[in-house]
Amino acid sequence: MSSLSPEELEDIRRRLGREPSEIELGMFDVMWSEHCSYKSSKKVLKMLPTKAPYVIVGPGQDAGMVEIGDEIVIAMKIESHNHPSAIEPYNGAATGVGGIVRDILCMGAKPIALLDSLRFGNPAKSHVKWLVKGVVSGIADYGNCIGVPTVAGDIEFDDSFERNCLVNVCCIGVCRKKSIVPSIARNPGDLVIVVGNTTGRDGLHGASFASKTLTEESEEERSAVQVGNPFMEKLLIDATLEAIKTGYVTGLKDLGGGGLTCALTEMSTAGNVGMDVDISKLHLREPLTPYEILLSESQERMLFIVDPKGVKKVTAVFDKYGLQYSIIGKVTKERKLIVRFKGKIIVEIDPAHIVKAPVLDRETKKPSYISKAQAPIKYKMPKFSDLPKVILRLLSSPNVASKEWIYRQYDHEVGVRTVVRPGEGDAAVLRIFEGKLGVAIKSDCNSHHMYLDPYVGCMEAAAEACRNVACVGGRPIAVVDGCNFGNPENPEIFWQFREAIRGLSDFLGEFGIPCIGGNVSFYNEDEVTGKAVKPTVMVVALGVVKDVEKAKTMSLKEDGNYILVIGETFNELGGSEYLRVIHGIHHGKPPTVNPKLEKRTVNCILELIDRNLVEAVHDCSHGGLAIALAEMCIKGARGATIDIAKVPAQCESFDQILFSETNARVIIEAAPSKLKDVKNILNTYKLKHEVIGKVCSSEYFKLCLNNRVAEIGIDEMQDAYSKALEKTLFSKG
Amino acid sequence: MKVAVLKFPGTNCDEDVLHVLRNVLKVDANIVWHEHFKADSFDAAILPGGFSYGDYLRAGAIAAHSPSVKQLELMDDDCKPILGICNGFQILVEAGLLPGALLLNSTLTFICKWVHLRVEKTDTAFTNLFKTGQVVKMPIAHKEGRFFADERTLKRISERIVLRYCDENGRVTEEYNPNGSTENIAGICDKDGNIVGLMPHPERASEKILSGNFPDGLLMFKSMLKWMRENE
Repeated sequence: MSSLSPEELEDIRRRLGREPSEIELGMFDVMWSEHCSYKSSKKVLKMLPTKAPYVIVGPGQDAGMVEIGDEIVIAMKIESHNHPSAIEPYNGAATGVGGIVRDILCMGAKPIALLDSLRFGNPAKSHVKWLVKGVVSGIADYGNCIGVPTVAGDIEFDDSFERNCLVNVCCIGVCRKKSIVPSIARNPGDLVIVVGNTTGRDGLHGASFASKTLTEESEEERSAVQVGNPFMEKLLIDATLEAIKTGYVTGLKDLGGGGLTCALTEMSTAGNVGMDVDISKLHLREPLTPYEILLSESQERMLFIVDPKGVKKVTAVFDKYGLQYSIIGKVTKERKLIVRFKGKIIVEIDPAHIVKAPVLDRETKKPSYISKAQAPIKYKMPKFSDLPKVILRLLSSPNVASKEWIYRQYDHEVGVRTVVRPGEGDAAVLRIFEGKLGVAIKSDCNSHHMYLDPYVGCMEAAAEACRNVACVGGRPIAVVDGCNFGNPENPEIFWQFREAIRGLSDFLGEFGIPCIGGNVSFYNEDEVTGKAVKPTVMVVALGVVKDVEKAKTMSLKEDGNYILVIGETFNELGGSEYLRVIHGIHHGKPPTVNPKLEKRTVNCILELIDRNLVEAVHDCSHGGLAIALAEMCIKGARGATIDIAKVPAQCESFDQILFSETNARVIIEAAPSKLKDVKNILNTYKLKHEVIGKVCSSEYFKLCLNNRVAEIGIDEMQDAYSKALEKTLFSKG
Repeated sequence: MKVAVLKFPGTNCDEDVLHVLRNVLKVDANIVWHEHFKADSFDAAILPGGFSYGDYLRAGAIAAHSPSVKQLELMDDDCKPILGICNGFQILVEAGLLPGALLLNSTLTFICKWVHLRVEKTDTAFTNLFKTGQVVKMPIAHKEGRFFADERTLKRISERIVLRYCDENGRVTEEYNPNGSTENIAGICDKDGNIVGLMPHPERASEKILSGNFPDGLLMFKSMLKWMRENE
């Protein structure tokens, strides 16, 4: 089932100066797959800014790393498990968690938090219900068992994801700078040890499978989906961290996509060394051919490079945890990978030939739908008196409604680090037991906006992730991006990808933070319907929280406090939740992004939080100002009275003010005694702002405009918001 | 006074408990690998939460055959405090050190959330600083936490119920029973009150930064210290 093109085969012959063997072909096939080689995306990704003084490890490694305090390093990585999850949601999602955790672990960092970015079709459909429930329980069972809290994420529902759900998992870890372990084999003579799960036939060709379009027959490729064993993963985490402490582990890599082939070739190429290994020494689950051993993607395995002087100490740790291991060979001086089976050489090759896959220039073409997407919008404006109905309907839209049904199933507190929990704030906040230092993390992407304009949409994903992190008190310092697109061989799809990355690059460049890693998943489309997923770049922002005790949540705190909106609202209903849910309109020009304004807004929020001047902070996104205010009322179980006329806006109607998803807007709650200081700071940052209302003890969310008043009961909003997702998922049909 | 925090393969709250003992309470405590655990080296033992042996077979069933259980029995002979939290509770039940059983939640899902609890019994090693009927808040995080006991057992242990799930005013109702536990039982003790098992996580409710102004969980560990001092 080789997927190598005739040109690639010719390239391989040229590199080797001979015909490749069948085993070598298998190795090339997996390593030159889109999943492992990034052959389509590599050139485009070069646009992204990746440097900053605090970046310790940039993109291209198993995880990116940034220094956030004295010697304190955060590792961060995102990965997709879309294809496996689409056909086997439980194990597909579970092994996605396992893989990303090992990516963090193999840098020498302790995994401390997980985020999940998910996309599904309409949750009222039975196939989608099956996918959602399977994915959520797969993530829950795996993440909970290994003791890494799942603290945040994001989820959207759209028909384009019906058969191709997206499951992106991000993990962050922490370690001391001096205990970082490279994914490199450096010293000839060091031993090559495979630790953990037995190698079996599961996941064979997983990377190749993930590098093509799903078809009717894909259901039969369930065998390409690995089966997760979280208990083994937990032992691997504990044993790896303990083994590193011996000081004799000189290199470490997880066996993920591409299995042993990937780990052996990448580690030796990175260190410009060779390896001589005998794979018949590997502990197996079942009798396998050498080909299968080299390509198996069995989970929960790690490759250790160990100084022979310390091998007893290191293996004693594996023995303590009851982990199986095999010393399969050693690092050699010359850059040559020798693979033996029962002593007999079966592969002898320069590993760089396999690792350095050819890079492609893909064609791009602006899709025809783009101009239609931006056609003017016509709809009948609702009456002011209909506002309660409109807001309740938006609150119960799956994209807006509370995700509590999901995060209740995740242990989000194990580790006693989680200071701001799911549902409480715009991002999760974790302390890291180093004074009051903490981190804030959040992933964001509005796939609808990104579809309508990939460039602006991707800027927005980054802007929103950074804004969310700031709203809890974190200064954004880096992002990772999880890219999910259709078939890159289609120029219109590749145009979406290039435009999105261009948008992300431009935003990050102007905002002034790097991208330290990411993942690209192509071929997320369905051969049956011919539909690709909406372009989706999940941007995860990492923020540094100087003092976790000052972290902010979104709930309204005290009656009589002022509610202010920061930022001006424009007539930007295009692609909004309001137009889709209330008017059935899916097109329009999505909201614009101004990176400089976003930066000023973020800095201003951080100063307000640092000086203890605000009680609640919440950004405006899905559903606009009205929904953001409603959420603050619901979370605080308090009423609010809002004067719509006070909102700084360039709009023609109240629905534009309330439901536009304009960026760079944040709502804050401030005590009357602090209002003057708050306004002074807002003026210093030259940000438009206004007091638009007050927190009040009434049980109503009141929206006033001139003499008209629309009132919605907080209980009624709570009911719509908190039960909608569960109701939909468990509805009959 | 030295506290052992037992670690089995798959235990995942050991460092959390250790953090509270060492850094919050400044108590001499160590994480001890289950095979290395010796009763006479310690004055108290805590079995933290997690998924010992991956919850294979039944939660706690395999760990209950660890050599550490014999050591726990020796500690019990000296009336030393033993606390089982979540998976630790499951292990103590499977080992026969506490009665009843812990079944799959009635929701059939894992539940992670903060709950109110009513303290029913205060003459135990872990609740002696609470008032009877006091309402406290702690988080639960489990999938197999539905306490079950048959009627005969229930009658026998009616005086040994330590915590019940309740509402914020201390009313014990079905609505506030998160997992379907018999009689809303969240925690029980042995006949001498030195062994306590509970599903909620006191170590996650032991600092203001995590639990607001009332770190109720901390009082459980302080109760343990008081018991240890008095039994010295």
